[in-house]
Amino acid sequence: MNAARWLRWESMLAAVLIVEFVFFASTSPYFLDVWTLSDASFNFTERAIVALPLALLIIAGEIDISVAAIMALASVAMGLAAAHGVDTPALVAIGMGTGLVAGAINGALVTIGRVPSIVATIGTMTLFRGGAYAVLGDRVLKEYPASFAVFGQGYAFGPISLELLTFGLLAIAFALVLHYTRWGRAIFAIGANPIASRCSGIAVDRYKFVLFSITGLFSGLAAVMLTSRLGSTRPSIAQGWELEIISMVILGGVSVWGGKGTILGVVLAAIVLGLVNFGLGLLNIPGIVMSIIVGALLITVVAIPAIAERWPQARLRKTS
Amino acid sequence: MPFLTLSHIQKSFGGTRALTDANLSLHAGQVTALIGENGAGKSTLVKILSGVHQPDAGEIQLEGQAVRIDHPEHARELGISVVHQESVVFDNLSVAENMFVGDRPRERGWVSWRTMRQRAAEVLKQLDATFDPDAPAGSLSIAQKHVIQIARGLTRRARVLIMDEPTASLAHREVEELFGLTRKLSAAGCSVLFISHKFEEVFDIANRYSVFRDGASVGEGELAASSRDELIRLMVGRPVEQLFPKTPPELGEPLMRVEHLSRTGEFQDISFDVRRGEILGIYGLVGAGRTELAQVLFGLESADSGSIEVCGRRVAVKSVQEAVREGIAYVPEDRQTQGAILPFSIASNLALPNLTALAPRGWWSAQRETQLADEWVETLKVKTANTATVVQDLSGGNQQKVVIAKWLARKPKILILDEPTKGIDVGAKRAVHAVMDQFVHRGCAVIMISSDLPEILGMSDRILVMRRGRVRALFTREEATSEAVIRAATDA
Repeated sequence: MNAARWLRWESMLAAVLIVEFVFFASTSPYFLDVWTLSDASFNFTERAIVALPLALLIIAGEIDISVAAIMALASVAMGLAAAHGVDTPALVAIGMGTGLVAGAINGALVTIGRVPSIVATIGTMTLFRGGAYAVLGDRVLKEYPASFAVFGQGYAFGPISLELLTFGLLAIAFALVLHYTRWGRAIFAIGANPIASRCSGIAVDRYKFVLFSITGLFSGLAAVMLTSRLGSTRPSIAQGWELEIISMVILGGVSVWGGKGTILGVVLAAIVLGLVNFGLGLLNIPGIVMSIIVGALLITVVAIPAIAERWPQARLRKTS
Repeated sequence: MPFLTLSHIQKSFGGTRALTDANLSLHAGQVTALIGENGAGKSTLVKILSGVHQPDAGEIQLEGQAVRIDHPEHARELGISVVHQESVVFDNLSVAENMFVGDRPRERGWVSWRTMRQRAAEVLKQLDATFDPDAPAGSLSIAQKHVIQIARGLTRRARVLIMDEPTASLAHREVEELFGLTRKLSAAGCSVLFISHKFEEVFDIANRYSVFRDGASVGEGELAASSRDELIRLMVGRPVEQLFPKTPPELGEPLMRVEHLSRTGEFQDISFDVRRGEILGIYGLVGAGRTELAQVLFGLESADSGSIEVCGRRVAVKSVQEAVREGIAYVPEDRQTQGAILPFSIASNLALPNLTALAPRGWWSAQRETQLADEWVETLKVKTANTATVVQDLSGGNQQKVVIAKWLARKPKILILDEPTKGIDVGAKRAVHAVMDQFVHRGCAVIMISSDLPEILGMSDRILVMRRGRVRALFTREEATSEAVIRAATDA
């Protein structure tokens, strides 16, 4: 019954996606062009790469609000290194390394410090973002080597960008881990009941620490791509992205209470949100209206299943 | 004439028939005990009486008049009040507010705090309660919270008092006080319906009994004219030859030895050993430090000093994983939050401690998961259609079997059971005891923590008694008597 419910959730997202396609294709003549769609993918790939590990973290019953701030910190670290003449491979390592360390700090605060993750990562969010501002002020770092541009601007083959390919491969990898390995089973169990999981011999804290670290690591990777695409670093880079990334995960059907969710849902939600952003941009709708529409969409899709769930089941609930 | 009569009540939830033919009569001034295994329909009956559910068929008569109990507030208006098993008391409100919740005395639309406090004080005095109506309910003990629930009924004229397993988490003295109060109310003309698994209590407090099995009444009458065996026979529908399926032990060398183990504020200087083939019972009152000890043995908490040896080798159980590696398994007291993941299937729950065994290279196989679950559901005779059933939908006894099965599947050497049969029915209890017996006969050991004295005496080879965090006595099976064990466990 559960599987059927979530399957239905994903079909709903697929239906929304089709509606979007039909709507934008009929309103804008440029929409249904391979290269237009390829451009459109940049609207979600970087965020979606962070949404994948974050989905695992939310399924495990935790959250990380600091992902966008980690991206800013990683970008600043790369910008400073680039200014000192560091080469491209080392820049990538610095970006991802910064993310990994920042994620590990979150993980340590939650698992060792026992700070609730929402509090801990709101704290680190301001800390990391503040750090980025403190170091850069109103400066812009843009002395990146030419070869660095490939991550955000390169194409793997045809209209498939390197970013899109990376996201696709990562999505498959995350789906396999979550749905087809024992580690995935443990993540679902931890989210559904961390105490019973611990009493069953699952290393709950270790899982959480690793998930926070991985989320940091991929925030670092997303920073590499975004910085490479923009070719510059400002401390305000990826500002506000945490909410968009969390929106993707929740729209994807991941339960905010933990224990439920699929990678397929998150991937579909990422494309849905990316296309909304892009399509409305194509129609020259201002950004503020766009955020209103995205907000309304999010509330609707989160509220509808919650209400639907309560309605028929309240009567059927067994109480013998 | 009975005060309240239920005739031929039926109730189904979806496809599940909870009550098929429930009959019950309550007489003024009498305490009627409602007895039945879990799943016999007792809770559904209570919910119908208290207005939570409506019967699908059948009739309820109050003083000879047919009534319909529309909702819980309506039940209270009719004079029916309920003391629930888990106290339904708002911790953040005062005692008086709790007593008048949903029905505050008003004056021109404003809550009249003075009237409320006065009336609360009157009722509490009537009940010989020693606590203040202004005290926050959260500061009271569970027993006192039960008193609040009774008092809530008395703010109206309570004519029917339903007590749903009220003694489950009470200490001996508190049970006595609760019973004193019950007798007083009953003497004043109130009809009491008392639901309990404990026969000692039933015979102590009740005059009449009504036995339920599979949603139907199978017998009722005067308790004075019946015996415990007769009631059990009615409950389970078959004669119970021997209450405890224990066979003589084949003792081997010590499997686990604990020396001078202490954890500040919880227990001090605990030393004991358990041998192969042995069931060691640990008895004590709530707060004696038994569960805390078990949690240290299982690596959930750490000891401040002392040592633990398994198979003659000193081990440091700093985490659950290490404990499990040493062959230690723990079935916690609270199976609903610690033992099982309720919204998960039987198969998924059984898989939890066995993730690595089921997927040595990481890749998950639903087939292997189901296979393992089928095997254990069969072995422990868990009553279910299949292993995809969600654990939440099982009865308490079957839930407990799943929690025990998930550990047995891990093939432990030492099984620690914390209140293994608390709140489960006679049939499941017997099954759990039989599993323990078979387990130790494979050369393993059981440490059983229990507050159920007959169980401790009936199943243990040796009994360790704890009081206030210390070992007070160690009895062999032959030495142990209920009096001696209770004396060691209490200050008396």
